[in-house]
Amino acid sequence: MKPYARVFIWLLAGALVLPGAALAQEGEGLAYHYSPKFADSAALQRGARDFMNYCSGCHTLKYMRYSRLSGDLHIPDKLVQRDLDFTGAKLLAPMDNAMPKASATEWFGKAPPDLSLIARYRGPSWVYSYLLTYYVDPSSSTGVNNTTFPGTAMPFPLWRLQGWQTPVYGKHADGERYVKSLTLQQRGSMSPQQYRRFVGDIVTFLAYVSEPNHNQRVSLGVKVVIYLVVFLILAYFLKREFWKDVH
Amino acid sequence: MTASTHDQSKGWFNQRFPAAKLWREHASEYYAPKNFNFWYYFGSLALLVLVNQILTGIFLTMHYNPSAGHAFDSVAFIMRDVPWGWLVRYMHSTGASLFFVVVYLHMFRGLLYGSYKSPRELIWIFGVVIFLCLMAEAFMGYVLPWGNMSYWAANVIISLFGAIPWVGNTLETWIKGSFAVSDPTLNRFFALHVVAVPLLLVGLVVAHVMALHEVGSNNPDGVEIKDHKDEQGIPLDGIPFHPYYTVKDMVGVMAFLVIFALIVFFMPTFFGHFLEGPNFTPANPVQTPPHIEPAWYFTPFYAILRAIPNKLAGVIALACSVLIFFFLPWLDRSPVKSIRYKSWPFKVALVIFTVSFLALGWLGTEPPTPFYRNLGRVFAVLYFGFFILMPLYSRWGKTKPVPERVTK
Repeated sequence: MKPYARVFIWLLAGALVLPGAALAQEGEGLAYHYSPKFADSAALQRGARDFMNYCSGCHTLKYMRYSRLSGDLHIPDKLVQRDLDFTGAKLLAPMDNAMPKASATEWFGKAPPDLSLIARYRGPSWVYSYLLTYYVDPSSSTGVNNTTFPGTAMPFPLWRLQGWQTPVYGKHADGERYVKSLTLQQRGSMSPQQYRRFVGDIVTFLAYVSEPNHNQRVSLGVKVVIYLVVFLILAYFLKREFWKDVH
Repeated sequence: MTASTHDQSKGWFNQRFPAAKLWREHASEYYAPKNFNFWYYFGSLALLVLVNQILTGIFLTMHYNPSAGHAFDSVAFIMRDVPWGWLVRYMHSTGASLFFVVVYLHMFRGLLYGSYKSPRELIWIFGVVIFLCLMAEAFMGYVLPWGNMSYWAANVIISLFGAIPWVGNTLETWIKGSFAVSDPTLNRFFALHVVAVPLLLVGLVVAHVMALHEVGSNNPDGVEIKDHKDEQGIPLDGIPFHPYYTVKDMVGVMAFLVIFALIVFFMPTFFGHFLEGPNFTPANPVQTPPHIEPAWYFTPFYAILRAIPNKLAGVIALACSVLIFFFLPWLDRSPVKSIRYKSWPFKVALVIFTVSFLALGWLGTEPPTPFYRNLGRVFAVLYFGFFILMPLYSRWGKTKPVPERVTK
């Protein structure tokens, strides 16, 4: 029994670790890696503020309620209503906005998507990379393009903060042109470091929004696993005691 | 001991219902071989996961809304607004994947120790039917959240029925309940997922265990413990299932629950394998996900489907790859049951089969490049070769002598 069990446990450990390792290797070219800071209340609060100021005009968070912001992010109800709830909706209402969907479709070609689950659908690193990789592209109808999401319908409202990036092209072996890197042509109001932190905060906030119970899940998990391990040890000794007379 | 004196020793309840009798026959006086090893944990674990799926499923059903317009929203509602809804849902989604982990290991145990061989053919057949039901149950459950991967996976899988000649199109429409995967499809999948298939599963599990307890358990030596009994008719190498195996299985259960909790609480999406990223966006008939792939537990069979360029032939191969398990008891012509005493060709074949199954599972998640497709063909041939050639190679080579009694 012992050797089998040992091999199995190693295989299991491998199965638990390998998929994560494979994912970690994927970052290539202009793709950045970003881990949301779920435990950092200040980052979450800044992210909530910046999301509401820069994104919520077009993007809804329809599965979130304003009331959760006060509970989970420790923002007093009054501040939520005064500084974050721009539509005047009730605290228990979902975080919608005032943009009519039909007009939005007319304006952008595609209505801006709801972002409640974007951090789980695309992943936090994708959202982070997306907001860092806009560049000037006169051939596009919005005047900008994006290496993370080529042909994106979204204009770049954050240009005042990041500034304008221009592409440096490389050529594939088959002669096809691709964007090798981006250079900051015209600075915005933020330094590149400041802008990265700004985007990071928004991604942290969106990751929280995509799973508001994240912190509760992790903290409860620690207790549950400790309890089960103690029970496992007790069960093992109980089994040994019962099996003493089996020869 | 006459029936009347015996009856008086029973209580009021047991004179009217065989509770104590059932307990004796299936637990306290069911004699199991004393040499069960690590591989024998997975039967009871499968039962545990089934109970988990049913209990968590009941609570999910209370809040889930099986309509194309509201299904996705109701899952978000469960994850956010229903008290402990997120935990119940993660337990259900993790349980679904671990059900397959446990069942695959349970089936592998059968292959290792020849548990399908006479007189246990029916146990094996019930088991394969359970596996088929489980596949149907998992597929329909996967569709219910109505994410974009749910939607497209449903399209791909249901279209397989369309490949059947003559009746294919009619059958496809009949399954969908409409001309496209839509509201009626979701409604019937919900009915089948929460009522029909679970009822079948529970019934089959009862039949599986009844058949097992009728002939008695196999063991890692593949010897029949009933061949050597003491004066009271108790197998010399048998120990009562309760308390010996109940306490032992409790260790297995706790170890399993530790792994289960690690996934539920710390990696509920399991790196996009248990809950896929593309399923966090609602079903969208005009937007296909970049790679449509089935849940990880179907990928070995999916790789076999893809290895064959002709759709109908692929569907037939897919069906055969599962149904062929039914014939295992009659394909294995080896005189011994356990891998411990089998001849070397059988051992080699089992290793090749295991590697092929895992390789096909990996290939099923990869994009079908020409190289991968050819690789898939090689492993598909090896997969089927394990079964089709078994009547030949299981008789080749010299088997080791089987001991009279179980070894330690």
